[in-house]
Amino acid sequence: MSVSSSISPNVVRDFLAEAEEIVDELNTQLSDLADMFENGESDPDLLNAIFRGAHSLKGLAGMFGFTIISEVAHDSENLLDWLRMGKVVLSDAVLKILFSSAELLATLLRACSEGTLEQHRDAATAHTAAISACLNPVKTNSEFSVFEQLGLSDTLTGALTEYEEHRLKENFSKGRKIFVIHASFELLSFDTGLAALTDILKKAGEVISTLPSVGEQVETHIDFDLLLGTEKTEQELSVLLQDMAVSVTPTGSPIWSDKIAESEKTKDFEEVVVESPRMSAIQKLPASPSTTQDESVSARSMSSTVRVDIGKLDELMNIVGELVLAHSSISSIANRMRADKFSRMAIDLGKAAKELERRLADLQKGVMDIRMIPVGQLYEKMSRIIRKISREQGKNIELKLFGSDTELDKLIVESIADPLMHIIRNAIDHGIESPEKRLAVGKDEHGTLRLSSYQKGNHVVIEVEDDGGGIDIEKIKQKALSKGLIADAASMSERDILDLIFLPGFSTAEKITDISGRGVGMDVVRNNIAAVSGMVDIETRLGYGSRFTIILPITLAIIKALIIFCAGRIYAISITSVVESILLSTSDIRTVEGKEVVNLREQTLPLLRLERLFNIERIGNPPEEQYVVVVGAAEKRLGIVVDDLLGQQDIVIKPLGSAFKSLKGISGAADLGDQRTILVLDAGGIISETMRAGGG
Amino acid sequence: MKLFTILIVDDSTAMRSLLVSTLETLGDIRVVQAANGFDALRVLPREQVDLILTDINMPDINGLELLSFVRNNQVYKELPVIVISTEGSHKDIEKGLSLGANEYLVKPFQPEKLLELVKRFL
Repeated sequence: MSVSSSISPNVVRDFLAEAEEIVDELNTQLSDLADMFENGESDPDLLNAIFRGAHSLKGLAGMFGFTIISEVAHDSENLLDWLRMGKVVLSDAVLKILFSSAELLATLLRACSEGTLEQHRDAATAHTAAISACLNPVKTNSEFSVFEQLGLSDTLTGALTEYEEHRLKENFSKGRKIFVIHASFELLSFDTGLAALTDILKKAGEVISTLPSVGEQVETHIDFDLLLGTEKTEQELSVLLQDMAVSVTPTGSPIWSDKIAESEKTKDFEEVVVESPRMSAIQKLPASPSTTQDESVSARSMSSTVRVDIGKLDELMNIVGELVLAHSSISSIANRMRADKFSRMAIDLGKAAKELERRLADLQKGVMDIRMIPVGQLYEKMSRIIRKISREQGKNIELKLFGSDTELDKLIVESIADPLMHIIRNAIDHGIESPEKRLAVGKDEHGTLRLSSYQKGNHVVIEVEDDGGGIDIEKIKQKALSKGLIADAASMSERDILDLIFLPGFSTAEKITDISGRGVGMDVVRNNIAAVSGMVDIETRLGYGSRFTIILPITLAIIKALIIFCAGRIYAISITSVVESILLSTSDIRTVEGKEVVNLREQTLPLLRLERLFNIERIGNPPEEQYVVVVGAAEKRLGIVVDDLLGQQDIVIKPLGSAFKSLKGISGAADLGDQRTILVLDAGGIISETMRAGGG
Repeated sequence: MKLFTILIVDDSTAMRSLLVSTLETLGDIRVVQAANGFDALRVLPREQVDLILTDINMPDINGLELLSFVRNNQVYKELPVIVISTEGSHKDIEKGLSLGANEYLVKPFQPEKLLELVKRFL
């Protein structure tokens, strides 16, 4: 039965976080397993790790009362158990089922957080059926007592789990030699020594079990017996282990257990001979610093990370934001006081405010740093999907990853995962050609997909680049014309045409495949990226490939904004999306096809009037001199005409709530610190909105 | 006064927090956590542990190996150990009992069941 009724929501959140981690890990490991299978390799440790993932998830979900998840994990665990025990042979069909299990588990976890778990009952039942169909045992070796043949003592074998027993038999029946490696380490620093020993042994063969045992110096030392299955001879093993203070005992001779008894008897004698070289050898171990240092090392490694709900960090960031605002008002009071000739105190207050500003900046940076996670986490997900899709499509793709340690706000990383995945799917689906086609046009059989990210000022740039066929501008033009998305393409530049793929309902796929063309278009990709104040841009060369560039702010929590004034209202616009601001005379404005433009350094810059975008009635005439705030990325720019620029300020963007979700061009509201609340413009959204309106 | 100290050994953070929040209802006890058999071996000499609750299936040093160590060690051999495992691993539980586990719990279990078992050792 479950305990879900009596446990706190916090603990459930712990469950979801951990369960998601397990499923993520399962996916990565399954991809590895599939890769190895393809290359005809196998790795019992990997298989066991996958099994353990499913096993943990089953136990956890059961404890938390999510029976459907527990059942699905249980079925997967069964299949994995049969696999690791050698009762089922790995095949494409089995791999496919395992991948589908992982996918189902991910779906169930999402449903769990949304409270819709029960709706997936049928999928779980179907999953059970699919798994049971797989469980046809292959013939295994008849039971034989490997322990007797090896002459292993009960103490050694008594603590072996069923799986470890199986691995022992497996190693034995494959003709590998089984060794018992005995080692003794200081109690307070055993972990480093044991890890070093295990590393060496893993290179020599398979470590079947690690049994801690009681040594001769109970108070200060801990001993281990490791069971190793290996093709190496005793002599080769001794050479490998010559720097380690261990004893190597081969098994297989029936008198082995007697030997132990004998050595017990002669212990006193041995102690004298063996002990001193053993101690000196332990000192030689690379990872064996002084005891005091060890203590701190091991204590730290027990709890070096804290899992924090992102909501708590948001709250903290909000408070920091409020503090920043409070500081702004103190500063402005100081300035006003100075103007009013309270000079002495005004200067002191001004100094104190400056000091406060510095400390606040530190605090802000500290909180911001906590929110940052490396883009590498995203890469991991993507590379899994890439491997999966390329396998399904029979395309050879080499993935090159750059800048995986570039850091971004966790919230941004999460919100761009889907758009990024879509871009990558498109690149594999439509970009990179089949191996045959690639060879035919004189390219490498392997397609290359480059994912790179780097920081550029206050932005992080993520690029997805493929060396596939590129995007055919002509095809896009025809498609847009035939769909009635544009009336005439004659006056459109290549870039304008390329931008059409971001229009709703556009898809260039010649045939709908499993992967792309699911109805989610590039317009959704652009909107999702715009939702986190990001921009996306494409470059392409027919026959050579395409590059998608996503430009993102490093964080959304606190941004520097340009405060603008237009038609009696004040707005903020993120400084990261502003390219420049210029002074505009009415006489500079020309009209092209009824739309206002200005010439800016030999280029035509389309203009947008905010009062028109938001349907605001202006009282009186606009001022003779106005400003143009140029926003945009790369070649796509737009000039927003405003009456005045009021300055720069740090603002905290607060969402408007779901009622205003469909509102285009506004990314939220912000407090100016003087009781005034203003709207924050979303430059990316405004650009795509204008494109949509002006596309025909 | 020294508090009754329980060492929880489980590689699942969520499982550990669940155990902790259940055990905390007992009042005057102290809970020490270890994420695996390794950590448990590190914790043992540093903390005066009065009871161990351990999962079986963990990487590297599993719960059975930990139990075997405890029972064979002069210092810790009297230490009560409750083994926790997922249903279906009956063989492992049998092994646990034969190695000298005082009690075992099969996941999923009711919190009351855990409290009842733990109270026997307080």
